[in-house]
Amino acid sequence: MLRHLLSGDLPRSHALGAVLMIVLVALAGAPFLFPGSQSLNVAAKICVFIVLAASYDLLLGYTGIVSFAHTMFYGIGGYGIAIAMHGISATWGAMGIGIALALLASLILAVIIGLFSLRVRAIFFAMITLAVASAFAVLASQLRDITGGEDGRSYSVPMVLRPSFRLFDEPVLGVSITGRMLSYYIVFFSSLLLFLAALRIVNSPFGRVLQAIRENEFRAEALGYRVVVYRTVASVLSAAMATLAGALMALWLRYTGPDTTLSFAIMIDILLMVVIGGMGTLYGAVLGAVIFILAQNYLQLVMAKLSAATSGIPLLPQLLHPDRWLLWLGILFVLSVYFFPTGIVGRLRAGRR
Amino acid sequence: MDAPALETRELTIRFGGHVAVDKVSCSFRAGTLTAIVGPNGAGKTTYFNLISGQLKATFGTVLLKGEDMTGLSVSARTHRGMGRAFQLTNLFPNLTVAENVRLAVQSRAGVGLDLVSLWSDRAILIEKAEAMLDRVRLAERRLATVASLSHGDQRKLEVALMLALEPDIFMFDEPTAGMSVDEVPTILELIQGIKARSDATILLVEHKMDVVRSLADRIIVLHNGQLVADGPPAEVIASPVVQEAYLGQAVA
Repeated sequence: MLRHLLSGDLPRSHALGAVLMIVLVALAGAPFLFPGSQSLNVAAKICVFIVLAASYDLLLGYTGIVSFAHTMFYGIGGYGIAIAMHGISATWGAMGIGIALALLASLILAVIIGLFSLRVRAIFFAMITLAVASAFAVLASQLRDITGGEDGRSYSVPMVLRPSFRLFDEPVLGVSITGRMLSYYIVFFSSLLLFLAALRIVNSPFGRVLQAIRENEFRAEALGYRVVVYRTVASVLSAAMATLAGALMALWLRYTGPDTTLSFAIMIDILLMVVIGGMGTLYGAVLGAVIFILAQNYLQLVMAKLSAATSGIPLLPQLLHPDRWLLWLGILFVLSVYFFPTGIVGRLRAGRR
Repeated sequence: MDAPALETRELTIRFGGHVAVDKVSCSFRAGTLTAIVGPNGAGKTTYFNLISGQLKATFGTVLLKGEDMTGLSVSARTHRGMGRAFQLTNLFPNLTVAENVRLAVQSRAGVGLDLVSLWSDRAILIEKAEAMLDRVRLAERRLATVASLSHGDQRKLEVALMLALEPDIFMFDEPTAGMSVDEVPTILELIQGIKARSDATILLVEHKMDVVRSLADRIIVLHNGQLVADGPPAEVIASPVVQEAYLGQAVA
C-alpha cells in the first residue's frame, strides 16, 4: 500500500525515512502543533515550495534541462487566481475558471518554448527561458489594469476560507476550526497529492526515459525515443505543477504581486532547494524546501538569541547580529554544496550503503 | 522481385571539401552477413552513421525494404527496424545494467509515454530484459551501474541493447574492439545466433580478419570513401585492390 502510494520509490535510508515522516506529521498537524498565524504561514509556504521544487527537479534533476522560466509558470498560477477572484467574484466557480485558464496559458507557453528551443544546446535554452521569463515579468508589471502592476492584487476568497469563518461553534482540541485552517488543509492535501503524482511520473516508464535522456541524449534517440517530444512533455508537466503551486500560494496569501511570484529571487531559491536537497530525487526537493524556508524564517530569530548570548565577547555579537542572516545563510549553502555534492538525500542514502 | 532489406544509392557526404563517403551504392539482402572492411578513415563508421541517420547525406538515398528513409530521424529509423551497436560504447552510465536493457525493450514495446503505470509493474518487459541479459551473460551484474562495468561488459551490454530492439538490420561497429581474448567468443556466438535467423540482415565493421573470414557471407571494401571491392570473402581478400588498399599495409 505504502509502496504503491510512493510509486515504489522508497526512501532507501532509515534516516531519510524518519526525517520525511517527521516532515509529514509536522505539516499534517501544523494548525494544532504550531498554532499562530506566522507558523501556519511558514507551514503553508513549505507545502507549496515542496511542490514547486519537486516540479523543478523533474526538469533539472531528472531530464537535465536548465530552465529559468519556472517562476513564470508559478506566477501564471498566482495571477490566474488573482485576476479571476478580483475581476469576476470571490467564488469557487471563479477560482476554477482562473486555475483552468492559468493551466491553459502555461501549457501553451511550455509547448512553444519546448518545441522552439529544446533542440538547441542547453546553455542557449537556459538563455531563452531567462529572456521569456523576464519579458513576462515586465509584461505583468506593465499591464496595470489587469494585474495591478507593481502593487499586485489583493482579493477575497470564498466565505468558508476567510479567517472570520468558524466551522464549529466549539473549538476542537483547544483550537477553533477557522477558514484559515481550512485553507491550510486545502494547500496541504493538494500539495501532498501533487507530490505523489510527481513521484508516480518519475517512476513510470516515461520517467525512466527522462533519466535516459539526461544520461545520454544521443543514445536515447538511437533507441527510438524522440528526445524533443519527451523533453517537451516533461516541460509541460513541470509547468502545470508549478502553475498549480502558484494557484495554491495565491489562495493562501489572498494576494498576488510580482515579488511573491515572478521575482528572480524565487527562481534562485528553487534552484538552491533542489541542489541542496539532492538533484534527481524528489525527496531532495522536500528536504531542500523545508530547510530553506525554515532558515529564511527562523535564522534571524536564532541569531538574535545567539548574539545576545555572546554579548561581552568581542566581534562575535556583531557577526551573529540578525542583520547578518543572509551572510550565514550563504555560508550554510556553500558548505552544504561542498560537503554534500549529491545533496542531502544523496548523502543519507550513500551513508547506508 | 523483392526489394533488398537495405540499400544505399550513391550515398555521399561531404564535410567541407572532404568527401567522407563517396557515391556508395550497395544493397544488402536479408539473411546475409556483410563485413565492411577498409583502413582507418576509409569512411566505414561514417557510412553507418548515414544509414542509421546520425548524419544527413549530402546526396543519395537510403532505402529500407524499398522505402526511402533518407529524410527520417534517427528514432524513426529505429522504429522501422534499424538496429545499431556503437563503436565507442554509448550507454546510460548512471543507470543500472537492467535499466539500460529495459529502456531498449520498452522502446520496442512503444510504452515510453506511459506516465501513470509503475516502471516496476510491467512484468513482461522486465522478463524480456532479463532474458536479453542472459543471452549476453550479464545477468548477475544486472543491478550494477553501467559506469562500474568493465569495458568488455559494456561492449556486451551495447550489443544487448541492439538485440532488445529486435531490429531487422543489425549494424555492428567493431563489436570486439578492446575486448580481452576470452570475451570475444561470447560476442561471436551472439552474432552467429542472429545469423541463424534467416531474415536478419547483418552489417559488420571489423578489423580482425579471422573474425571476418569465419562470419562473413560477403565482404565490401571501402577506401577513401569509395566502394572498391565487393564479393565473397575468399575472392575479395585475394583481390589486388584489397591487398594494396588494406591488407598490403599489414603485410608491408
